[in-house]
Parts: sequence; structure tokens; C-alpha cells
Amino acid sequence: MSLQRHHLAWGLLAAAVVALVAFAEARLSGYERTVMGFAGIYAMLAISLSFSNGLTGLFSLGHPAFMMVGGYVAAILTFPANRKGFMLPALPEWMATLEWSLFPATLAGGVAAAAVAVIAGFPVLRLRGHYLAVATLGLIIILRVVINNADGVTRGALGLNGIPRHTDLWWIFGWLALCLFVCWRLKYSSVGRSLLAIRENEMAAACMGVPRARAKLAAFALGAFFAGVGGALWAHLLTNLTPGSFSITLAFMLVVMVVVGGSGSLIGAAIAAVAITFLSEALRPVEQAVGAYGLVQIVIAVLLIAMLLLRPQGLFASAEPALLRPAPFRARRPRHPSQVEKREV
Amino acid sequence: MTSSYLLQQVLNGLVLGSVYALVAVGFSMIYGIVRLINFAHGDVLMVGAFTAFGILLVFGFPLWAAVLAVLTIGAILAMLIDLVAFRPQRNAPQVNGFITSLGVSILMQNLGILLLSGRPRPFNLPDWLRSNLEIAGARMTVLEVVTVVITLVVLAGLTLFVRGTRLGIGMRATAENPTAARLMGIRVNRAIATAFALGGALAGLAGLLYAGRAGQIHPLMGFVPGLKAFVAAVIGGVGSLVGAVLGGYLLGFAEVLFVGLMPPAYGSYRDAFVFGLLILILLIMPNGLMGRAAEERA
Repeated sequence: MSLQRHHLAWGLLAAAVVALVAFAEARLSGYERTVMGFAGIYAMLAISLSFSNGLTGLFSLGHPAFMMVGGYVAAILTFPANRKGFMLPALPEWMATLEWSLFPATLAGGVAAAAVAVIAGFPVLRLRGHYLAVATLGLIIILRVVINNADGVTRGALGLNGIPRHTDLWWIFGWLALCLFVCWRLKYSSVGRSLLAIRENEMAAACMGVPRARAKLAAFALGAFFAGVGGALWAHLLTNLTPGSFSITLAFMLVVMVVVGGSGSLIGAAIAAVAITFLSEALRPVEQAVGAYGLVQIVIAVLLIAMLLLRPQGLFASAEPALLRPAPFRARRPRHPSQVEKREV
Repeated sequence: MTSSYLLQQVLNGLVLGSVYALVAVGFSMIYGIVRLINFAHGDVLMVGAFTAFGILLVFGFPLWAAVLAVLTIGAILAMLIDLVAFRPQRNAPQVNGFITSLGVSILMQNLGILLLSGRPRPFNLPDWLRSNLEIAGARMTVLEVVTVVITLVVLAGLTLFVRGTRLGIGMRATAENPTAARLMGIRVNRAIATAFALGGALAGLAGLLYAGRAGQIHPLMGFVPGLKAFVAAVIGGVGSLVGAVLGGYLLGFAEVLFVGLMPPAYGSYRDAFVFGLLILILLIMPNGLMGRAAEERA
């Protein structure tokens, strides 16, 4: 395989991110690194949501539920064993002595979230559109109630605090890169084409031999896996977890990122996630200075509504920036209006 | 378990179900006509509650003025939301409308926090509404009786309106097929605006009743009844008005019986139960109790 323009573009992008992370870890303050970490986690969540929601057309609001699963599983695994006895008295014995390091714990969190997605997906994915959205919203509420009530294992509504701060920017951006790589490769493979076909016309896709139930479940589970990983990284960045943090507002924020970036556009979702994280962080001091609480949410909601009215396809529609796309997928100028493709991917 | 205890639970279910039914009918009507899940519907309820608060407790007007005000404000607000947010994207994919309504909902909640503060305020209706009546050993407040009666009257009126009047028939025609309706000379946008107005008025009224029951109001109060009404509408079959009423009462009863009959330790599982029920019903009857099967076309 010869070196092509998009290889160079990816190389430069990767080098820039590595340089940025190295700089941030060496020079920036703890607060700045936390904000940057959140930007990276949100980017990963938005990319995985753009994959399952945008590309496959499964309108799920369940990402916070999977983050909850991933976060709690990972946090319980890494929690210092000497404090588990009185903090989490109801843990089974074999778990009470465990004290894993970050990587296996995040992996376990992701796998647990994917498992929940598969179990929930069997019934829920038979629903479409709005029904799916509400059923997944229900998933958030059900899981929150369960975690609130299982206080011997999760400390319930009090929240689990004192989680070791294992997450640093290398971990976050490493996982982000992996997530982007996996989703990107799948998008530009026959799998991605099948998922896109399901989104555009499910019945036609089924007629062409796409195994739609299995494909949808797989896309849902993949999205959930990275949501679980994101939740695990989040837990070890913030060092505390409460079921309330994984709210419907969070689901809304993630959907906004996907819509602004363009449904199915991975890079678009990442850009939107980073931009929105920094925007809301920049507005927070303003909010506090003026005493106008709720300002951040208002700005984001207005941004979303304006985007949907003026540019409903989002920044990149379902496509990726041309510079990063492999040659066969680069846009060709349509020669005649009749040759205009409906959507570019 | 005594029979009066059971009766009490049934009455509680009836009251809760009435509020859900009021909101769910509007929800279902809007869905039926524009295929839009309007998440902002619950926030119209919140605005209705605050309107009632202003009219009754700040300005000290009588109750009938408050009822008139919540109906009007609810209707105007819902029409305004339709005009600004939903009408421009009538031809966009359905999911866009849903996401927009989420945005409108978050906007309204936070505007409420910004302008009215997020602190809950006590909301006390006049004393005569809060006095107790005794019915065969079970107790209900006057407000609860009024809630049930108003709901039944309003729903009956709505059914007559949709069945019999020109505008109502126009609404049903639009719900059936907007293009054909337009070709038949029906003013489609007016029919849609009517649906929003009626739904908004009912949500505003529900806001007054809900707040009176809860005894306090705050800008985020619309979320839970909105979501529950949605569940009720889905259980009944979205788009069907009778279904929405049925779903509302069913959900009200189910919720009250769950809390009343389960040991108290499980009371906090109430919301999980509601959504579990929703998912279960959708699996057994994907179109709800009264909904029609959506055709799948290639």
C-alpha cells in the first residue's frame, strides 16, 4: 500500500494530539487537565453515539445508562481493598479483596456495559424511532433506581467517593484513538455499509440480505462498550460517582454533540464534543458572575435548535472531512444535478 | 387489608390517572397529527402551574380566573412553540422534531430557573379545595374530586369536538394524510395549530391540578408528569385519544397499586416499575392498546 494523502493527514493529526497531551501533562494545571480530559471523554462518547445512533439510525438515549454501568463496575474493581469493608459492606467476598489497575477495570466496565446493552437490546431494539428513544430513557431510570437501592454495593444515592484518580490524559486520549479507529474502520467496511443501509431503509436492507437484528444489536453493543469505558474513565478522573450524574440532561448533551457534528460523522461528533465542552466550561464563570444559573444549558439548547432549523444535517452530515478520507470515498464534484448523490459518507 | 383501604387506593389511582390522562391526551393528539413526540409538553404543564401561582397567590384573583388563564396561556405557549420550533421543519425526518422538542424542553426549564429561580415555592390552593370528603371510609380532598370531574368533562368535550366539528374533522383528516387533506381544502396548518392549542390548554390545566396536589412548584416539575404522560400515551397507542385516556388511568392505577400493595421497601422502585411496564407492553403490543399498526413500506 503506497503512502497516500490521507495517511499523511492522519499522521499529522496523531502527532499533534500526542504533542498536545504531552504538553498538557507537563505544563497545564490540574483544572485545565481535567477540562481537557472531559473533552476527550465526551469526544469518545459522542463518536460512539454517532456510530450507533447516527450511522445505524438507532435513536437511543441510553448512553448515560451504559456509562453508569461501566463507571460503577470499574470503580468497584479499582477501589482500595482496605476501604471496601466499611464503604461497600455487601460486596461478595471475592470482590472485596480485588484491587485492579485502571486498564483491566475500564475494559471490564466496557464489557459489562456491552453485556447490559445486549441483554436490554434483545427486547428494546425491536422498537423503532421514538419508542426506542423512550425505552432507552427508561433504561437510565431503571438503572438509576437499581443503583440507588443497592447501597451495600454502590453506596446508593450518597455516591461512591474516594475512587483513586487513575485516569490521566494519556489513558483518555489513548482510548479515544482506539474508539475512533474501531468506529472508523467499521464505518468504511461492508459492516458500515450494512448499518447505513439499515438507517436509510431497513426493509430494503433486509431484502438485500443484511442481517438487521444482529447488525443493530452489534452496533448498539459497540456504542455501549465505549460508553462503559467512558464511564470508567470518568469515574477515575472525577474520583466520585453518583447515579444522578448520569442524567437525561447528559443524554441530551451527547445527542446535541452528534446532531451538531452531523449524524454518523465521527470526526464531526468529536469536534462538536470538544467545542461544546470548552464552550460550557468557558461560560461557567460568566454564569456564576452574573448569577444566571442555567445559562450554559440555555446557550446549548438555543445552539441546537438553531442548528436544526438552519443546517439540519449538522456540520459534516454523515461524511468525514475530505482530507482524512481514503481516496475512493473523497467527494467528486457532481457533473450534472441528476448525478448529485443524496448523501456523502 | 380492609375494603376501605382498597377503595382508597382505587380513588388515588383515579386521581393520579386523571392528571396523566389530561397530559397524555394532548401528547397523543399532537403525535397523531404531526408524528411528533413533543418532549416540551411537560414544560407547558410547568408554565401552567406558574401561571396559576401568579394569578392566585401573587395577584389574588379567584380560581375561575386562574383556570381561564392556564387554559389560555397553555394554548398560546404550545402554538408558539409549534410556530417557532416545529413548523419550519415539518418535512425533516421525525427524529429532528423529537430532538428539537428536547432542546425546547431544556430551554424552557433553564429559562424558568433563570427567571423564576430553581427554588421550589409553596403552592397552596384555597382552603375549601383542600378540605376532606369521606366516601365509604375512604378520603378524598375536594380538589381530587374536582380533578376527576374536570378531566372527565374535558375529555368528553374533546371527543365531541374532534368527532363533530368542522375543525375537529379537519384535524382528523390531517392526521390521516396531510397532503390529501390539503388537496381537499383543509387548512392543514390551522388544524395542526388547533391540536397544539388544545394540547397546550389541557397541559396548562393539568399544571394547576398537579401543582395543587403536590403543594409546591419549581421549574423542573414538568419533567416527570411529561414523561409519565408520554408513557401513558404509548401504552394506550400514540395517536389514539381514547387510548391516551385509557393509558393514563391504567398507569395511574398501576403506579398506586404498586406502591400501595408492595412492601414499603420497594416503594422507591416505582419509576423503574413504570418503565419496566412500558417496555413490557411495547413488546407484547408494539402499537399500544388502541394504536393502529404502522405499515412498513420499502
